[in-house]
Amino acid sequence: MASKPIFYLVGIGTSGFLFGAGLVLSGMTQPSKVLGFLDIAAMTTGTWDPTLAFVLGGAVVTTFIGYRLVWRCKRPIFATSFQLPKVTALDMPLLGGAALFGIGWGLAGYCPGPALASLVNPTLHTLAFTAAMIGGMASGKLFNNRKKKS
Amino acid sequence: MGLAGGVLIGLAAVTMMLVAGRIAGISGIASGLLMPMRGDTLWRGVFVAGLLLGAVLIAVPLPHHLEASPVQGFWLAAAGLLVGFGSTVGNGCTSGHGVCGLARLSGRSFAAVIVFMATAMVTVWVVRHGF
Repeated sequence: MASKPIFYLVGIGTSGFLFGAGLVLSGMTQPSKVLGFLDIAAMTTGTWDPTLAFVLGGAVVTTFIGYRLVWRCKRPIFATSFQLPKVTALDMPLLGGAALFGIGWGLAGYCPGPALASLVNPTLHTLAFTAAMIGGMASGKLFNNRKKKS
Repeated sequence: MGLAGGVLIGLAAVTMMLVAGRIAGISGIASGLLMPMRGDTLWRGVFVAGLLLGAVLIAVPLPHHLEASPVQGFWLAAAGLLVGFGSTVGNGCTSGHGVCGLARLSGRSFAAVIVFMATAMVTVWVVRHGF
């Protein structure tokens, strides 16, 4: 596609820009809010923070409607087809990976998007978390590849 | 703020689908930069650069929206490792499974979200309130 590079990259950059703005605006880069939502014991004491429910709700509803509008097109603007995951099995990597991810998320209150966004204030703290996360991703890749070969 | 930010995140996911036909999963996009493949790297870098720009745009007027985590040292590093490893092996995080997957009504993503929400809630319970 001759016209692909520049407008394609502008579109990708726009998606990233909206994502970063949304993460910081919504409070997902504030671990106190994330952990305040995950602290279900606080529901009984009235100190529970419902913010994350609004963030996830707003994002899922917007995406649900938007995806269905986009899927009316034959294909994406800059690709030959929509690349949607086809796997349906509820296997061990999915469930075990999600379980470990949740433990890490519950410990620190950062997930990958907010961890990257928090780097705009590059303190030793945010750099340490993100460096550890990248190390975890690299070992996850090695783990996934090792399984494929055997 | 939470709802408005959530809508922006949704618009980001829809933009990615419209432009590239892809799921906007941060862990997948970022981890793909670690073992770069020809022709599959530039767009990932541009996405992350856009994300940082968008974050700056909001963080300048609202600096208190960038907060340090309550954990430090060993536990901060352990949390980072678990988040990175778990999202890579489980094929998605809060964006890929949580936002895009739920919006696609993917069974795998529903399962992943239930599992990571549950383990995150148990972890917070143990850390804050003990056993």
